[in-house]
Amino acid sequence: MKLTGAEIIVRTLIEQGVTDVFGYPGGQIINVYDALYKYRDEINHVLTAHEQGASHAADGYSRATGKVGVCIATSGPGATNLVTGIATAMLDSIPLVAITGNVPCSLIGKDSFQEIDITGVTMPITKHNYFVSDVNELADIIREAFQIAKSGRPGPVLIDVPKDVQIATCEYEQKPVVEKIPLPKANDEIIARAVELINSSSRPYIYIGGGAAGLGLGKDILSLAEKIDGCIGCSFMGLSAIPNDAIGAERFLGMQGMHGHYASSMSQNEADVILGIGVRFSDRATGNLKKFAKNSKIIQIDPDQSEINKNVPVEIGIVGDVYDAVMQILNGCEKKERPEWRARVEELKTQEQNFEKEFEEKSNGRLTPKKVFDIINANKPSAMITATDVGQHQMWAAQYSTFDRPRRFVSSGGLGTMGFGLGAAIGSYVATGDATLLVTGDGSFGMNLNELATAVAYNIPVVIVLFNNSVLGMVRQWQTLFFGKRYSNTVLTDRRTDFVKLAEAFGAVGLRATTPNEFESAYKRAITLNRPVVIDTVIDKDEFVLPMLPPGGAIDDIIVKVEK
Amino acid sequence: MMKRYIIAVYVENKSGVLTRVTSMFTRRGFNIDTLTVGATERDEYSRITVTLDGDENTCVQLVNQLKKLYVVKRVEVLDSDPIKRELMLLKVKNDAKNRSDIMTAVDVFRANVIDYSTDGMCIEVTGNPSKIDAFIKLMQPFGIIEMCRTGVVALERGASTLFD
Repeated sequence: MKLTGAEIIVRTLIEQGVTDVFGYPGGQIINVYDALYKYRDEINHVLTAHEQGASHAADGYSRATGKVGVCIATSGPGATNLVTGIATAMLDSIPLVAITGNVPCSLIGKDSFQEIDITGVTMPITKHNYFVSDVNELADIIREAFQIAKSGRPGPVLIDVPKDVQIATCEYEQKPVVEKIPLPKANDEIIARAVELINSSSRPYIYIGGGAAGLGLGKDILSLAEKIDGCIGCSFMGLSAIPNDAIGAERFLGMQGMHGHYASSMSQNEADVILGIGVRFSDRATGNLKKFAKNSKIIQIDPDQSEINKNVPVEIGIVGDVYDAVMQILNGCEKKERPEWRARVEELKTQEQNFEKEFEEKSNGRLTPKKVFDIINANKPSAMITATDVGQHQMWAAQYSTFDRPRRFVSSGGLGTMGFGLGAAIGSYVATGDATLLVTGDGSFGMNLNELATAVAYNIPVVIVLFNNSVLGMVRQWQTLFFGKRYSNTVLTDRRTDFVKLAEAFGAVGLRATTPNEFESAYKRAITLNRPVVIDTVIDKDEFVLPMLPPGGAIDDIIVKVEK
Repeated sequence: MMKRYIIAVYVENKSGVLTRVTSMFTRRGFNIDTLTVGATERDEYSRITVTLDGDENTCVQLVNQLKKLYVVKRVEVLDSDPIKRELMLLKVKNDAKNRSDIMTAVDVFRANVIDYSTDGMCIEVTGNPSKIDAFIKLMQPFGIIEMCRTGVVALERGASTLFD
């Protein structure tokens, strides 16, 4: 069957099992949009308000399902608008295929209208990218892109297709969905060493990250923790791997690191063996590397060879199939009681609860972030996805949210992209149809709130809890603690944005809450409306994210309370 | 412990490949000493030879990061004593006083004079990088006008290849 390049792009996407794509049309991608029109019964295109929104939507689509997300943009500014989204996916190892149009080959390199070297621009932020100069290679390049995106450690791939290649024709033959390239299984010898180290440990800590979160390993990790009588913590990217209501979930201490739970960070520091599963020991998780986990030997399991020993020296590095390695270790470890360790962890948990209790008592019934999440958690529809932007609200979401299954936390960890949330929430909903919550702040929301138009247009019933403190809270927190309260450019009071009216102007619903009661009724109403709703949630400008390890600090520097 | 590593990299022989490799070095902050690239026994591949002064961990990281690039087909850290060669062209001042000393050095180093004029000569030297270093040192007092070195190319001894 002879097809144009543009038709081949769309047909190959369909062939590879893609049902939804996100994008924005333009001059050099118009042929692909014509093909999308032709095949509109087989593939759904979601028109976003901005290409950046499309890239985050494709990313959210992938995070919520594990499928490869797809976004499409035109050349030049269309392509560069995808860049932040692609980098976000790269830093969190999210499989994405981005397709961009470009000027015809004859105009390449001439600084033509809307011409940009997007393969050059995205080289360091993609797993791989392609400039397609021959229509005969197009279908196979797309197939290879999908394979690269989802194999090994996943990541984004960009395909740049000049307009003349979209117009040119060639034979197209449908092929099967490409399979992931299987990862090697860890050999018996290295597993035996890991098992021996765990067996000989007295204070084991299982530490899970993004490389484990999507694998559906939650119950197995809980079984392992039960078997070795250890505790579990996670990096930011490991959130939602362990369902909160699972049997044995009390062994899960939550996120560790800069804003991690006290008990989780402390027990990691006191552990004698850390079993790292799909974690890269990033600076936000470790603090000062010279002082990180000095009491422990580390076992690191990762699909990416270059992660082993990259940030922290490890005792045993296991490269390959993470799922298989965990199962082998689970089967190999001996069942052993470690009552002293269990008691110590319990003690730390009690200390943490005491900090929280003390904070709660001092809150005088005001609408604290913790209170907001208590209300959300108590009224959470099943399978609800929590997407976030970046800042204080994100850390509160990470600390307090409950999840009933994996892939329910959609948030930009590595790149920390403000403006990620709304697009990502839209993508998550398109992918799953499950209830979707966006937790955001007035700073982050201001970056890409244009996607409210998309949510309205496609009737995406995202509930947007907008923490409104009229400041850039996270930066303000640093300014308070480390910069002598010099609030340089973090005060937003002059903006005077009315988020309720703004929501209404977009055709969404706007609600406001300033007290716990108001929030509870607004939230309960919002989840029944089946429409996009913004809840302008007014909080104090000096709420802190605690605990906090100061940047570059170590566990001894942990800040658990701030006297105002 | 700091050490000099020679790393051989087989890459796809396509445009843009060298950029991918060097951009990764820049992004990850690897400090490369020399880098050469050229044709190989297989048309579809080019061979990049990299020398790196660093510790073992840096070398392992560099190899692992290279392996992640899809255009890289094979990476090998060459053993401690591979066959190494480098080529240098060096232009030195030519005057009556020094001419015979220069010619003696050229002779001893088995170098060649490939261009000769009354005020300068261009010398070609091939050999181990240490030999090149020594030759430069010898020429310095005479007045080096211009020089360029290719960087190291290296092969392991014996009949094996990187693909074995």
